[in-house]
Amino acid sequence: MRKRIASLVLGRLVIALITAIIVSFVVFFATALLPGDTASILLGQAATPEAVEGLRKAMHLDDPAIFRFLRWILGLLQGDLGTSYANNMPVARLIGGRLVNTLKLAGLTAIISVPLALTLGITAAMLRGTLYDRSVTIATIGIVSVPEFMIATLAVLLFAVYLQWLPAVSFTNEIKSLYDFARTYTMPVVTLTVGVSAQMIRMSRAAVVETLSTPYVEMALLKGASRPRLVLRHALPNALGPIVNAVALSLSYLLGGVIIVETIFNYPGIAKLMVDAVATRDLPLIQTCTIIFCLGYLALITTADIIAILSNPRLR
Amino acid sequence: MSDMITNWVPGDDVMVETAIRRGASRRDLLKMMLANGVALAAGGAILGRADRAIAATPVRGGALKAAGWSTSTADTLDPAKASLSTDYVRCCSFYNRLTVLDKSGAPQMELAESIESKDAQTWTVTLRKGVTFHDGKPLTADDVIFSLKRHLDGAVGSKVAKIAAQMTGFKAVDKTTVEITLASPNADLPTILALHHFMIVADGTTDFSKGNGTGAFVRELFEPGVRSVGVRNRNYWKAGPNLDSFEFLAITEDNARVNALLSGDIQLAAAVNPRSIRLIEGKTGFELSKSTAGNYTDLNIRLDMAPGNKKDFVDGMKYLVNREQIVKSALRGFGIAGNDQPVSPANLFHNADLKPKAFDPEKAKFLFQKAGVLGQTIPVVASEAAGSSIDMALIIQAAGAEIGMKLDIQRVPSDGYWNNYWLKAPIHFGNINPRPTPDILFSLLYASEAPWNESKFKSEKFDKMLVEARGLLDPTRRKQIYNDMQVMIAEEAGTIIPAYISSVDAITSRLKGLEANPLGGMMGYAFAEHVWLEA
Repeated sequence: MRKRIASLVLGRLVIALITAIIVSFVVFFATALLPGDTASILLGQAATPEAVEGLRKAMHLDDPAIFRFLRWILGLLQGDLGTSYANNMPVARLIGGRLVNTLKLAGLTAIISVPLALTLGITAAMLRGTLYDRSVTIATIGIVSVPEFMIATLAVLLFAVYLQWLPAVSFTNEIKSLYDFARTYTMPVVTLTVGVSAQMIRMSRAAVVETLSTPYVEMALLKGASRPRLVLRHALPNALGPIVNAVALSLSYLLGGVIIVETIFNYPGIAKLMVDAVATRDLPLIQTCTIIFCLGYLALITTADIIAILSNPRLR
Repeated sequence: MSDMITNWVPGDDVMVETAIRRGASRRDLLKMMLANGVALAAGGAILGRADRAIAATPVRGGALKAAGWSTSTADTLDPAKASLSTDYVRCCSFYNRLTVLDKSGAPQMELAESIESKDAQTWTVTLRKGVTFHDGKPLTADDVIFSLKRHLDGAVGSKVAKIAAQMTGFKAVDKTTVEITLASPNADLPTILALHHFMIVADGTTDFSKGNGTGAFVRELFEPGVRSVGVRNRNYWKAGPNLDSFEFLAITEDNARVNALLSGDIQLAAAVNPRSIRLIEGKTGFELSKSTAGNYTDLNIRLDMAPGNKKDFVDGMKYLVNREQIVKSALRGFGIAGNDQPVSPANLFHNADLKPKAFDPEKAKFLFQKAGVLGQTIPVVASEAAGSSIDMALIIQAAGAEIGMKLDIQRVPSDGYWNNYWLKAPIHFGNINPRPTPDILFSLLYASEAPWNESKFKSEKFDKMLVEARGLLDPTRRKQIYNDMQVMIAEEAGTIIPAYISSVDAITSRLKGLEANPLGGMMGYAFAEHVWLEA
């Protein structure tokens, strides 16, 4: 069993490495296809051919793109993430603080949304067909259908503009007490929780409902197992596989896909950094962000698979 | 009774204040208000309010947080590379220029004590004494030469490399005197030096993220794409600033920026779009500050191809444009009707005698008939890329439909508009940012060989006048030539400039001292050292 998990993790690591390399090549070619380069974009309306030529030379953008890419890969292998084209700052310094911000937001959202969603999903499945189940289902479908920017904007209008309880935008550098922390994070975290929970609630309810209708659960019922024992001990371990995968997918979205929430709350996270990087064709920054997203995604999926295997004897 | 006005909105306060700043008398203002249906007694009360807003005395202290609209990792404190409002605001707070433009558009001395020339070609700049950089280094002629000369180096990537190229010789006469030689005479040099890119940095600076200038605030924090914080420069050579600290960030989402102001998180939200203005109007504790620097969206009819090659068609279009309605509806009141030439009322050289053409569909119909285009369908390209152009196009289209002139509005996407349609389509919209001198505007947009000659206007006479005026040190004679050139553009070119668009900044009422400036919104981006926060 241990051995099996060890070999699984090892195999996954190798696949992760290969995936990361492939992704970074794809991103490289996609970036190369975008019109314009950093020099012409930075110069904007002042981009005369001579000016672009001069700046390109100074920024070493006149080397063939593939060389610059390979140089970046070489640097990466030595632990150097490279230097941003747009402002000449080390990529590590640009990403550092913002990655921490993103992880904080994602972590908080996960801590709140995962237990909440699983509880609601599983209890809804247990009480299938009751008023409770229907209310949860209607609420989650309703929330899935409302786009995030709408929830965020309405929350800002209500809590920041009219009631003035919470700040409309996040000033993460001014957090000095737990109270400041709560004020800053409440709205972004609630908005994200609402968004990601709905998906997890639907998935966990569906998975548990399905296992509850299998013959072995009926058997357990006939032998006299109590309802909680029936669900938690008999049904859940078999339903866990799809549930943890749904959770992993939802959480990977929190790592790189929260551009809307970051924009509305002016939260300095990594998604906005990546959009900036693409807008200025800043190759080292784009690549580093992509690798981070890619690794985060793979880590979550691998964790989900391991949990699924541990919980289900048939998969061992 | 006198305070019972129901249709008065903050936008009107702005209008009154703007008029006072432009030197309107009380009588003019009351006339203006009567025209807008405000009772006389009420008019008096409002004037009192506007006068107070302008005449208040500064308060020292306080921390100001202001938000612009654009930010990215490309944010820079290198004045040569500064490209967006956010960079300009930051550079203005950390650095100084040799000259600045006052609210009338005339150059005033800042780090320079005087800038003089006998022939407009060799200029002597005498620097102020006793000015030091934030790191303690005194300002000398070498700093000025370094700051100006670096624009000529292609590797710097300066935004004003083209304008700077005319400066061919630099000489440090002594520690505080610099001699600048130009390739050919240009009387505008003091105005050109007021551009944000010509901020003075310390000789030999390579790391600009420190913001080591002579300006009102000392950099405490600068995170590109996030925020900057400056604290009061205790050794500032001017009396200011009033604020203890100044934080600038950008909130790119329009509604989020306004919401942050309304919730009290920031005290200034720059460039509020007309739709959001309604959120602020009618709320106590907030005000709008309008500045019309000279940005405009124009309808360009190429004179070198059909139908613009018939002069009667072009003239007809000029009468078909209802400028008043465009200001009122397309710009929601935040603009000034234009007279088809690029020098805005904010500019010292604006020709005030050249009135906007009156809306006259009958005359337009007559001219279209003469040109033989009535009954044809004429395509007009508009896009979100050229601000408000779609609304403008619809207003012109409706006016055309009334007299049987069919205009087909082709709405095209923003992405790629400037490469694919602008300067290319026979009839299309453009959008031009303000430039500080008529010379720059004309050389860029109307000279026969101008790179952005939007209507392909060609006139030898115009080109000659352009060169002649450039070297003239006599302001009266120059003004005369520029006036004539504006008339030529209005009558002969195919660019219809229906209005100069105002930018509107929203502020809390506690923020005082904000004035309009011809270099752009937020007091030409230099508001930080002038404003103060009332307790």
